[in-house]
Amino acid sequence: MAREERNIKVKIDNVRKVFNTRNGEMVALNGVSLDIMENEFICVVGPSGCGKSTLLNIIAGLSEATSGTVYCDGKEVTGTGTERGVVFQQYALFPWMTVKKNVEFGLKLQGKGREEASEIAMKYLKMVDLQDFANHYPKELSGGMKQRVAIARAYAVNPSVLLMDEPFGALDAQTRTQLQSELLETWQKERKTCFFITHDVDEAIILAQKVIIMSARPGRIKEIVDIDIPYPRNQETKMTKEFLDLKNHIWGQVYQEYLEVRK
Amino acid sequence: MKADTTANPVVPVKANKKSGSFIDRIPAKVWLLISLSAAMLLWWVLSITPKTSRSFPNTVIVVESIKTMIDRGVFFTDIISSMISVLAGFALGFVIALPVAIMMAWYRPVRNIIEPWIQFVRNIPPLAYVPLVVISAGVGRKPQIIVITIATFLTMAITIYQGVVNIDETLIKAARVLGAKDRDIFLKVIAPATLPFILTAIRLGASVALTTLIAAESTGATAGLGMRIRALNNSFDSPPMLLYIIVIGIIGITIEKLIKIMERRLTGWQEKREI
Repeated sequence: MAREERNIKVKIDNVRKVFNTRNGEMVALNGVSLDIMENEFICVVGPSGCGKSTLLNIIAGLSEATSGTVYCDGKEVTGTGTERGVVFQQYALFPWMTVKKNVEFGLKLQGKGREEASEIAMKYLKMVDLQDFANHYPKELSGGMKQRVAIARAYAVNPSVLLMDEPFGALDAQTRTQLQSELLETWQKERKTCFFITHDVDEAIILAQKVIIMSARPGRIKEIVDIDIPYPRNQETKMTKEFLDLKNHIWGQVYQEYLEVRK
Repeated sequence: MKADTTANPVVPVKANKKSGSFIDRIPAKVWLLISLSAAMLLWWVLSITPKTSRSFPNTVIVVESIKTMIDRGVFFTDIISSMISVLAGFALGFVIALPVAIMMAWYRPVRNIIEPWIQFVRNIPPLAYVPLVVISAGVGRKPQIIVITIATFLTMAITIYQGVVNIDETLIKAARVLGAKDRDIFLKVIAPATLPFILTAIRLGASVALTTLIAAESTGATAGLGMRIRALNNSFDSPPMLLYIIVIGIIGITIEKLIKIMERRLTGWQEKREI
């Protein structure tokens, strides 16, 4: 038991979330339990409104569960913490700060000195290949570049878990593929624990070791699919039979849920 | 270039575009000059039309009236007096509007109680409540400043409030997950995010301060641009009256330009420019 605990990075224990709306109570999540292991890449797929983002917000500490608990490294989550980094779909860069200042933001809050913050920021800007844009403002960047800055900013404070809420959802197909490859490469190097939400089944399979399929209203875990395709993976992996079989299966499950929602 | 001249259905469109690009190529400064010239021409037409000539005396006569007003020793005192009232009223209005707007954005009860007041008073022309102000505050500088304070406060409070309320919440979330505490969020996220709205509020407030001038100076002022226009009105002395009107316009546009420069300097990072 003790040995198993050591490997669990995030433990989601019977989480339930109820929103009070004008039309009464809305159960967004019900009985969600999941262990995210250290160094694991987990993708969550499901129809919109299945509570994926709600779950991520609860893990991040941005939202409180109605009942149930989330543990990170064995400690109960009661609010946000820098050990849990978040990348948002809408980039959420501070528009009044240059790219570099954005990446330094969290570092300065940690009390790092100017030089050290600058050094770390440049290191991560290099990682996302944006070192030449350090002094640009977000408005001068394309969507893909903005999201790379946001990823660098999340990485810079060195969280032990990365929570990503449809980070590539607002990007065009080509940019999305490119960023998937970059993220995959980074993850293969660093093996940082990732909890990644997407509605794109291809994206989920290419990235993850485990795909969580969620059902809607109330949001529950419907199925956990192990993705046994070995790393390193790349875009060509999408042509293999293994991939296509998994895609067929997962897509079928998600589509069923989608039909449920439409009813 | 060659492709452009070959005969194909695209040609007429291109030709059209070319004449359009001539208009596009006129620099902004030249447009301003054209606009000014057209205004002068219009003024001249009004000055020779019998029906309007008394209201719009010839440009030369109006310009000459500067000398008359200076000789009477009122021109500069009027400008200075008005500027003191405008600046004092505007500054007070801003100092009150900023905290009120922030309180309204953060505390629902404050908003629910105060916002209807502001919306109600905002639509009343200041001239209407001037007598009430005079009854309590007496005549002189005090009521002038009070009237301008009220008018600028109303406009600025609403504008800043809208800014604070419309802050993108994901920015606050992003700051929080990066380790920001409430204090950091206020100073490093809310304050800079609100700055564009504060500057817009300042611009709108300055404009309101000037448009309220006539009302403010109908409180028994002894000098001032607004007071003088009313005084000249009694003698139908139109050249200096028109002169004073133009002076108010020039002051207004100068202040606006200055604030716009400040906005560009401080909030050039914005994705899109508003109003």
